[in-house]
Amino acid sequence: MSILNKHPQRDSAATEAIGGQELLVTGGHSFSTLTDKVSGIVETKTPPKWYLLFVMAVSGMMVLLGSIGWLVWEGTGVWGLNNPVGWGWAIVNFVFWVGIGHAGTLISAILFLLRQQWRTAINRFAEAMTIFAVISALVFPGIHIGRVWLAYYMFPVPNQMLVWPNFRSPLLWDIFAVGTYFTVSTLFWYVGLIPDLATLRDRATKVRKKVLGFFALGWRGGNRQWQHYEKAYLMLAGLATPLVLSVHSVVATDFATSMVPGWHTTIFPPYFVAGAVFSGFGMVMTLAIIARKIYGLEDIITINHLEKMNKIILVTGSMVGYAYMTEFFIAWYSGNDFEVFAFVNRAFGPYAWAYWIMFLCNVITPQIFWFKKLRRSIPVMFVASIFVNIGMWFERFVITVTSLSRDYLPSSWDYYSPSIWDILTFVGSFGLFFTFFLLFLRFLPMVALSEVKGVLPEADPHHYHHHKGGAK
Amino acid sequence: MNQTLGALARFANPAELIEAAQKIRDAGYKKFDCHSPFPIHGMDDAMGLKRSPLGFIVGAATLTGATVGMSLQYWVAAVDYPLVISGKPFFSWQAFIIVTFALFVLFGAFGAVFGMLHLNRLPRLHHPVFYSDKFAKVTDDAFYVSIEAEDELFDEQKIQNFLSSIGGSDIELVAGE
Repeated sequence: MSILNKHPQRDSAATEAIGGQELLVTGGHSFSTLTDKVSGIVETKTPPKWYLLFVMAVSGMMVLLGSIGWLVWEGTGVWGLNNPVGWGWAIVNFVFWVGIGHAGTLISAILFLLRQQWRTAINRFAEAMTIFAVISALVFPGIHIGRVWLAYYMFPVPNQMLVWPNFRSPLLWDIFAVGTYFTVSTLFWYVGLIPDLATLRDRATKVRKKVLGFFALGWRGGNRQWQHYEKAYLMLAGLATPLVLSVHSVVATDFATSMVPGWHTTIFPPYFVAGAVFSGFGMVMTLAIIARKIYGLEDIITINHLEKMNKIILVTGSMVGYAYMTEFFIAWYSGNDFEVFAFVNRAFGPYAWAYWIMFLCNVITPQIFWFKKLRRSIPVMFVASIFVNIGMWFERFVITVTSLSRDYLPSSWDYYSPSIWDILTFVGSFGLFFTFFLLFLRFLPMVALSEVKGVLPEADPHHYHHHKGGAK
Repeated sequence: MNQTLGALARFANPAELIEAAQKIRDAGYKKFDCHSPFPIHGMDDAMGLKRSPLGFIVGAATLTGATVGMSLQYWVAAVDYPLVISGKPFFSWQAFIIVTFALFVLFGAFGAVFGMLHLNRLPRLHHPVFYSDKFAKVTDDAFYVSIEAEDELFDEQKIQNFLSSIGGSDIELVAGE
């Protein structure tokens, strides 16, 4: 066993008890050392590094707000949009951020239904990442309409024109799908937090105890509560699973239902979902590697966890690569000249540079994870996860911009370049994301304590019977 | 005037807590609970609890959501202000499935969360078990049994002996207003 043998007796006993399976938590932790470790992060004094990062993140958020202010004042002309390319970075960024969110829900809901217990170490902050990524995403449909004060047109609210939104449009489906996704993710996350907030409450005093007690809702950890709680968690996982698959499918129909070569294809929904999970795991990986290092969580988020995530990156990355090739095959097989042109133009036209960045990052990079050594190397996976993030942003850029810039009529072709305001808005959205994420790391338990305790061998009643020699 | 509201006893680990639950159930107590930092597998049977009815709440919520979703779209597109868009029928139900599904999930999720809170009678910030200082460890690494004074079998004298006879330690009577 390659476990850390700080407490050899405990570890060997524990390993025996679960039939020689690998341990999910290493370092010989007990229930209370786990509590101390995770709660300690939010109870000790704020580290100076956190302030530094927070100032950077808030500055980024200010850049976002400034860029939005200028956009609202001046109009969408400040962006690089031109006549054929009416969908620019705003849509690219929206799809990018929504996609990132998908990994959090996959970890919290789908892996829960599949009884993948290793998810417990990473699900809390992956879910937090989902919520903040969806917030960053929702900024873009809000501002891309140009006249933001008319954003309420997107919702079915009675208005002065007596007209309603068009429910046959995928753009409206998007509002409902992403809105529901945000709400359900937040509910799921909060339900998961309740027992851990109670843990923090019971360690706190004075005002802090009152505030935490309010949000812990009076949780007592009684089995009469756990019974309904676990059922609610299961129900939420069951509802969130088809939801997460539908959200990016709906985003894909924004493209697929239009008559634009390169967009009008039935592979889009599954291909978008695979890409979303792929990009999301890239982001989870980037954040997890940094957080476990800074907060010393190597015993909880072990190298085995990271390796499992790398396997998911390999699988979904390969699915994305397969989809790229299928697109080319179908374009050729369809016999449609415009469709063939759209794809040849993507790979060899004026945006070939973007296409090949995307291809290298998304298709080639994950293939390194066929090798166990590379799957378990932290520097390698960190760099790879950054490449995945870059590649998936470029995928959305390639899909959106190449198709629009050259459609049916050569006389209406044009090349699209972003303006400085496009770039600042995108950079600023990272500021927004990291502001929320840093506040989360500072004030809430970043590891789902009650769930991690539940997967320790000591949490299983049979563990004790075994040691009594089967006597009851 | 303080009165006894219940009794608490601590057990060493999940296995002992399950055994204690079985014994308390067999002794005929009804108003008791087993507290732990995480849910323990097999505890529902040990305590003799019925299945959680939450599934029915969520089921009703999802169906409500789906009905609201489809009827909203029908009313908007075919009744209140019918518009011909791309030559599609006013009530193009196929296109309305997506929003119907989204509201199915949304209402279901609200049903799951608020249904769970209702069944658990939460939020409830004030409860007799919080009078005990030691009990706070239950969200860390302690395993407790609580028996409420309202239980028919509850007897201040006998309960302490009973709890220690089934292996409990740190036994205390919780008193409050």
